[in-house]
Amino acid sequence: MKKFATTILLFWLAAVLLGRLFQLNPNAINLNAILSTPSFTYLLGADDLGRSVLARLLRGVEVSFMVSITVTVITMLLGVCVGLFAGFYGGKVDRVLMQITDVFLAFPGILLAIAFAAVLGPGLVNLMIALSITGWVSYARLTRGQALGLRNRQHVLAAESLGASVPRLIFKHILPLLTSILVVEATYSLASVMIAEASLSFLGLGIQAPNASWGAMLRDGVRYMLIAPHYVLIVGLSLMSLILAINLGGDYLRDKLDVRIEQ
Amino acid sequence: MLFLIKKLSSLATVVFGVLLLTFLLIHLVPGDPVEVMLGESASTADRAALRADLGLNQPLVKQFGSYLVKLSNGDFGSSIHTKTPIIETIKARYPATVKLAVLALLIGISIGVPMGIYAALKANHWQDIVVTLVSVRLSAMPAFWLGPMLMLIFAVWLGWLPVSGMDSNASIILPALTLGFGLSAILTRMTRTSLLEVLNDDYIRTARAKGLTEKTVILRHALRAALLPIITIVGLQMGSLLAGTVITETIFSWDGIGRLLVESIEKRDYPVTQACVLMVALSYVVVNLVTDVLYRLADPRVKFA
Repeated sequence: MKKFATTILLFWLAAVLLGRLFQLNPNAINLNAILSTPSFTYLLGADDLGRSVLARLLRGVEVSFMVSITVTVITMLLGVCVGLFAGFYGGKVDRVLMQITDVFLAFPGILLAIAFAAVLGPGLVNLMIALSITGWVSYARLTRGQALGLRNRQHVLAAESLGASVPRLIFKHILPLLTSILVVEATYSLASVMIAEASLSFLGLGIQAPNASWGAMLRDGVRYMLIAPHYVLIVGLSLMSLILAINLGGDYLRDKLDVRIEQ
Repeated sequence: MLFLIKKLSSLATVVFGVLLLTFLLIHLVPGDPVEVMLGESASTADRAALRADLGLNQPLVKQFGSYLVKLSNGDFGSSIHTKTPIIETIKARYPATVKLAVLALLIGISIGVPMGIYAALKANHWQDIVVTLVSVRLSAMPAFWLGPMLMLIFAVWLGWLPVSGMDSNASIILPALTLGFGLSAILTRMTRTSLLEVLNDDYIRTARAKGLTEKTVILRHALRAALLPIITIVGLQMGSLLAGTVITETIFSWDGIGRLLVESIEKRDYPVTQACVLMVALSYVVVNLVTDVLYRLADPRVKFA
């Protein structure tokens, strides 16, 4: 499981680096090669404008990783701050903050991200804003639940009675105990942000042409499915390998690190 | 009863928040929403008319107030593009989405529950490992991957089913499968776990000891208790099902509310976008409430919130 995940991830990493090394151009148009099947010049075929599918896949995965890592970091920082605050203080603060997260959770799945991306307009930055606005909630919930339980642990109470300041209590005595849970959560959210980014790009709300993105490639693949089924198949299989690898990696990390604290 | 009142009052705040957030959506449009919606070539008179129509020249609080009043009368405003009342379009599109979601739910349950039972009965045999592995991995695959793959196999290669559209009764099968598969994978895992837990209980041993057939023990005694948590899972999953319809309907050109949402975004018809988002979110809230009530009705042990 671990081997498979690492192999796939390393494979994609190597492919991206090699693509950069050989200066593959994802935007080079060749009108003679439109929707051509895999060949020696186009290892994975060409898309509807005769651009190399391989080069576009590699650029797409690069952008995808960039987006998911950025969004995961932003949402984690935001969510953990809100969660720690709510869990540490409890009472009214907690109730108000949790009501707000409830409102966000009332929108199923990526609906809210779609809505934000729609009004903000398409584009890479807006896409990341839309995903960040909606993604912090799960971190806030998770952290709050844990912090609530840790707040009254003896070591925290002891530190408090010795006169430790609130930031010290939060950052020195509570946050370190949350690290492994947050790492596991981050792997899963990496995968889900990646899927969300591709979903939005699939709907035409994310990364815009001519920039490559897997979601948009899959949409084009569906459009030309009847005449060039290999296009959608290649993009689909690549996407599957990546999502599987990240999920397997996440499962492995969870098994290794999971020390959920009883509330 | 007390539970229901408590539940409804906490729900009221959530619904208020949902309304506020959807109302604010249009104000998040960078620059002037009227200009974005009408384009730069629109005349000053048209712009002024739309601005007045949307109430954008009034203070924010007043706008929200009149938004709520209008909504309570079933008035979602009118589409900028077609000028028709949005409520009419929603009424026309909503049933298609419900039909799709319900069929997907049925598919999910009728595949997921039997597979889960099978895996639990064969626990730790190779059959169990295969079923679990497939279901765990399948549930991770998004609709925009599964949809095109099913379309490729069943519509393009095998030619059994229509590619997309809503022309024949068979058109619903592929989109419903796309939505249902993910759900079935989750249900398989949950049914397996929940049944395995119950099978270790004392009363199952009693049932076996008094000589009941294995079939009766599983179906009558174990499954009844094991299926309780499934209700919650189904309810929670309805949410991702509803959100999944946006993608699935777009892939298969299914004229439901999800596709309406995407179309309205493409045309920058923000009042329609707003209405669609609100409808899907409210449906989710209602489904969650119903799930909660059903769970309490089904399980005599859970009485209070």
